[in-house]
Amino acid sequence: MRIFFIILLFFSFKVFAAQDIYQFDSIQKQQRFDALTSQLRCLVCQNQNIAESNAALAIDLRKQVYEKIQKGENDQSIVNYLVERYGDFILYRPPFNGLTLALWLGPFLFLIAGLSYLFYYLRQSKMRE
Amino acid sequence: MKFIKYFFPFILFLALMVLLLRGLSLHPSEVPSPFINKPAPSFQLPSLFDRNKMTSNQDFIGHVTLLNVWATWCVVCAEEHSVLSEIAKNSNVVLIGLNYKDSQAEAIKWLKKRGNPYHIIGVDQTGNSAIDWGVYGTPETFLIDKKGYIRYKQIGPISPQTWEQKLKPMVEKLQKEE
Repeated sequence: MRIFFIILLFFSFKVFAAQDIYQFDSIQKQQRFDALTSQLRCLVCQNQNIAESNAALAIDLRKQVYEKIQKGENDQSIVNYLVERYGDFILYRPPFNGLTLALWLGPFLFLIAGLSYLFYYLRQSKMRE
Repeated sequence: MKFIKYFFPFILFLALMVLLLRGLSLHPSEVPSPFINKPAPSFQLPSLFDRNKMTSNQDFIGHVTLLNVWATWCVVCAEEHSVLSEIAKNSNVVLIGLNYKDSQAEAIKWLKKRGNPYHIIGVDQTGNSAIDWGVYGTPETFLIDKKGYIRYKQIGPISPQTWEQKLKPMVEKLQKEE
């Protein structure tokens, strides 16, 4: 009996967390559902995706995604449906556009600025030698 | 030149402080609605007090509307209710309710007890219409113009201050529009 409980400790229960009873007729649909729900932000608990969250809204959104996949909608149209209603904020990977320009390019600008300063500094100290 | 060299880190530090200070006053939990200045999403829901009657986008046409998403299980909604009652009494803006994932019997009891500030109430038992509207919590209130366009979204309860300082001036401005 003790061994049974020790063995139990080796199982991760994270795998079973926040699972619904959604049944798909194909493995592709199941995979699309998993991929989509893990890319979408739960708006109530913002640092969780809707696959992991058990907030009421996340459950409803999972249902919406499930129904749309079952209806045969493609991924892009499902994502568009949600972005039209909740904005880009629902996406964990924000699209590249005018508003997110600084977000995407900012790190590279900082990298360039840092590197140029480093080169400048090294050249200065070399010249002094 | 020397001045710049010594003060550059300090200036950088100040810039960072300004950035972080600004971050303190942001409200990341308020997700801006992409519907602003767009037609309200179409919906059709049975009315709370008369299941045979429907409430839909037609109810927005010709007057300025506040569409308020509420539920009896929403604690802040009870607080907001008294503000809505005041608005219904003192302003000619049309209040439309969207009863979100609630028990119909509870909702009727709730309004009987506190008074009904709404012109009509749509019942959204599944929460599907609310998702169509981009609702992610209660209470939320949409300000809708005479043509049925969403002009502003209030996330969280309307306090007497938000009404007086923000919503009321907007309502009055929209009422002057054709």
